[in-house]
Amino acid sequence: MMRLELVKRPQRSALFSVLSPFIAFALTMIAGAIMFALLGVNPLNAFNVYFVQPISEVWQLHELAIKAAPLILIAVGLSVCYKANIWNIGAEGQFILGGIFGSIIPVLFPDFEGPLVLPLMLLLGMVGGALYAAIPALLKTRFSTNEILTSLMLVYVAQLFLDWLVRGPWRDPQGHGFPQTIQFGDSAVLPELMPDAGRANWGFVFALVAAIAIWLMMSRMLKGFEVRVLGSSPRAGRFAGFGFNKMVFFTFLLSGALAGLAGISEVSGAIGQLQPVISPGYGFTAIIVAFLGRLNPLGIAAAGLVLALTYLGGEAVQSALGISDKVARVFQGMLLFFVLGCDTLIHYRIRLIGFAAPQLEAAPKLEEAR
Amino acid sequence: MSANHDRANLLEVRGLTKIFGTLTACNHIDLNIAKGEIHALLGENGAGKSTLVKMLFGSLEPNSGEIFWNGQAVRITSPGVAKKLGIGMVFQHFSLFEALTAAENIALSLNDGSPISTIAAKARALSYSYGLPLDPESLVGDLSVGERQRIEIIRCLLQTPQLIILDEPTSVLTPQEADKLFETLERLRAEGKSILYISHRLEEVKRICDRATVLRHGKVVGHCNPRQETAASLARMMVGNEVKAVVRAPAEGIETAPALLEIRGLTRKPATPFAVPLKNINLAVRAGEVIGIAGVAGNGQGEFFESVSGEVLQQDSGSVRIRGKDAGALSITGRRLMGAAFVPEERLGHGAAPRMKLSENLLLSRHATDGKSFVGSGGMVKNASVYSAAQRIIAAMDVRKSAADPEAAALSGGNLQKFIVGRELDRKPSVMVVNQPTWGVDAGAAAHIRQALIELARSGSAVLVISQDLDELFELSDAIAVMHNGELSAPLPIAEATFERIGLLMGGAEPGHAEHSMETA
Repeated sequence: MMRLELVKRPQRSALFSVLSPFIAFALTMIAGAIMFALLGVNPLNAFNVYFVQPISEVWQLHELAIKAAPLILIAVGLSVCYKANIWNIGAEGQFILGGIFGSIIPVLFPDFEGPLVLPLMLLLGMVGGALYAAIPALLKTRFSTNEILTSLMLVYVAQLFLDWLVRGPWRDPQGHGFPQTIQFGDSAVLPELMPDAGRANWGFVFALVAAIAIWLMMSRMLKGFEVRVLGSSPRAGRFAGFGFNKMVFFTFLLSGALAGLAGISEVSGAIGQLQPVISPGYGFTAIIVAFLGRLNPLGIAAAGLVLALTYLGGEAVQSALGISDKVARVFQGMLLFFVLGCDTLIHYRIRLIGFAAPQLEAAPKLEEAR
Repeated sequence: MSANHDRANLLEVRGLTKIFGTLTACNHIDLNIAKGEIHALLGENGAGKSTLVKMLFGSLEPNSGEIFWNGQAVRITSPGVAKKLGIGMVFQHFSLFEALTAAENIALSLNDGSPISTIAAKARALSYSYGLPLDPESLVGDLSVGERQRIEIIRCLLQTPQLIILDEPTSVLTPQEADKLFETLERLRAEGKSILYISHRLEEVKRICDRATVLRHGKVVGHCNPRQETAASLARMMVGNEVKAVVRAPAEGIETAPALLEIRGLTRKPATPFAVPLKNINLAVRAGEVIGIAGVAGNGQGEFFESVSGEVLQQDSGSVRIRGKDAGALSITGRRLMGAAFVPEERLGHGAAPRMKLSENLLLSRHATDGKSFVGSGGMVKNASVYSAAQRIIAAMDVRKSAADPEAAALSGGNLQKFIVGRELDRKPSVMVVNQPTWGVDAGAAAHIRQALIELARSGSAVLVISQDLDELFELSDAIAVMHNGELSAPLPIAEATFERIGLLMGGAEPGHAEHSMETA
C-alpha cells in the first residue's frame, strides 16, 4: 500500500520559500491552458495574446507600470498587516477615501495653484486612507470586533459615498449631467515620468520607494521585528513588552496611508478627476499580490507587475479573441489558490511511503545480562 | 526472573518505530505488558515515552513494527480502536471542558446516548469503590487539579479497560494525593487489570511498579525490576551516565542584605471565570538568596508570574517593588530596565517565538535593556552584535543545536530552556524570576540550570523560582513558600522544610496546623 504523506520539516525550507511562487505560477499556466482549450481557443495563441502581446512595446510597459503602481503600494502596506497577523481586507475602501481626501483641493479650491498643491493632495490622500483604516482598528481594540468583517464592509460604504459625492455635491456643474467632478487643474495632476515614451506617472516611483522602505523596516529595524514577533507569537510579543493594540493601530494606519496614497495617485495621475468608480478592484487584487510576493516587499514589487499583466491580458483577450475579460479574475483567483497551496511545501515535505516489513530486534534484557 | 513472565502477555510490542523527519523518536521498541501488572515506562523527557504511548493509543501511526493484543496482531489506527480493544488512557494534560460538570464531561467522551443521570450515578459509584470520591454534579472549573485527574481516571474506568495508560499522573498531585492514587492503582492491579505507568520519578516507580522498561534516545536500554534497583541505578539507565549533583554553597549574611524584590499585598481579581485570584501576597527576596515557590499546578502561579513580570500591571504600584522602588505600574520593559529578568513557564510561544532564530529571540527580551548595543540610530537592529551575543550565550550554556543560528522550534526543549535562561543570566540581572526552570529538561541540563541560578544568587542577586517539582526546590532554595488557591504561605527556611510539611501546605492545610496534622496523618 502506497500513499502520500506530508512530513513536517524541522526548519522552513529556504529553497521552497523562493520556488513556491514559481511553482504556483506554472500550475496556474497549466490550469489556464486547460481553461482556454475548453473555451475553444488554442492555448498557445491565447497565452501569446494574454501574456506576451500586452508588453511587447515600450508604451505598453508604461501601461503595465500604471496598473502595477497601486497594486504594489497597497500590497506592501497589507504585507505589514498580514505579517502582524492583522487582517486588513478593506484596502479598496481606504484607496477610495484617499482619492476623495486628496481631491478636496482640486475640487473645492480649483483656484489654488502652484507647487504646493500636489504634495498637499498626496498628504491629504494618505491622511484620508489612514483615518478610514483607523475605524476598524478602533473597533477591534475597543470592542474586539473582527477586523476582517469591519474593514471589508467599510469598502461598500466608501464606494457608495464616492458615488454619492460625484452625483451630488461634487458634480461638475458644466459636465452635462455626467457623474464626475471637474477636471483637475495642471498643478493637481501627477506628472508623467517620460511623457514622450508613455503614460507612466510618479505613482510607480512612489510604489518602488515604499517597497524598499518597508523592506528595510521589516528586515532591519526593531519596528519590523516587533511586527513579526506579534504576528507569529503574540504571547511572546507581550513578554517582549510590545503592545498588541498599538500594533493594530500602527499596521492599519500604515496600510491605510499607503492605500490612500495609491488612491490619490491614481485619481490625479491616471484619471485626472473623480468618477463613480476609480478602481478596478486594486484593493482586493493587492491581497493576491501580497501573498504572491510572499509578504516580502521586494517580492511584492515583482508580483505587482505579474498581476498588472493579468489586467492588461484580460483586456487583450477580450478585444482580440472575444473572450470575456472576466478571464483576468479567473487567473487572479487561480494564482492565489496555487500560491497558498504551494506554501505547504515550505513547511512540509511530500513523501511517498509504503509500510516496511517490521524488523525484529530484541532489546537487551538487563536482568539476563546480570 | 519475576513471576510475571509466567502470565500471559496482554500487550506485546515488537520493533515499533516512529520517525519524524530526521528524528527517530522511537527506534525498534519492544515491550511486553502482562495481565495484572503495573509496568513502568521510564525515561527522560524526549526519550520517546509520549510517542510510544501515542502509538499504543492510536493517536500516532507507527512507521514500522507490530502490536499484539492478547496474542493477536492488531493495528490501532485511532483512539476509538484502542478504546474498543480495551486500552484506556489518562493524559498528563487534561481534556476537560471547564464550564461543564464532571458528569457532562464524562458523557461527552462516552458518547453512547445514555442519560446524564445514569452516567452520574455510575461515575459516583465507581469513584467511591476505587477510593477516588468525586461529585459528578460539580463544575470542572471549580475543581482542583487532583480532582480533575479523578474525572479523567473515572472516565477511563467507565469504559472497563484492560490496560490503563497513565502519563506522569503524579506531576500535578501533592504527595498526599499521590498516595491515594497509588492505593487505587494497587486495587486495579488486584482486579487483574494492567497499568502502563509513565514517569520519571524514580521513588514512586520503585514503590508501585512490578517491572520497568527504560527508554533512552528512542531506544529500549533495558528491562528491570525496579524494586531490585536503587534510584541511582535507575537514573543511570535513564540518563546514560552520572548526573553531576548541584552544589548549594551556604548563603551568608542574607538577614542583613537588602530585599531586591518585594511583593506587598499583591491582590488580583481573576481575568477569566477560571483564572485564580491572587489574595494578598507578601514576599521579600533578598540579595544573595533563592526563594522557591511550591504548589500544585493551577493554584495561581501563572497569574503571580504575570503580575510580577509586568505582563499584567497592578493598580497599586507599591505592590511590586524592585530594588526598593515601586514597579507595580511599570510594564515588563520598565521592570527589566530596573534590573529584573524573567523566564516564563512556556518556552515556545511565550519565552521564545518558535519560528524565529535564536539571535532574534535574544532581541525579544533584551531589545530595551541592551538598546545601546543591539539597536542603532533610527531603530536599525545591529544584527552582528546581536548574533555574537547569542553565540556567547550558546557557548556559556552549552546549547546543542544543528545550525549556527537555528529557529527556536528546531531545538530540543532542554536546549531551548538553557538558551532562554542563559539569555537572562547573560545580563547579570539583580532580580531573576523563573517559572518552572527545568520543566521537561533532561537531568544533565537541569543540573546546569539549577547551578547557574544558585551562582547568580550567591553573586548578589535575588532569585525567585516557581516550580511544581519539589525535588528541584529542595535542591535550589534557601527557603520555600507554598502557593495554594492564590494565597502564598510564609517562606519556610530550607532547614525546617520537609516534603511532608510542604506537601500539606500544597494541599491547602493552614500553615499553623501543619505540625498538628502531620502527627495525625
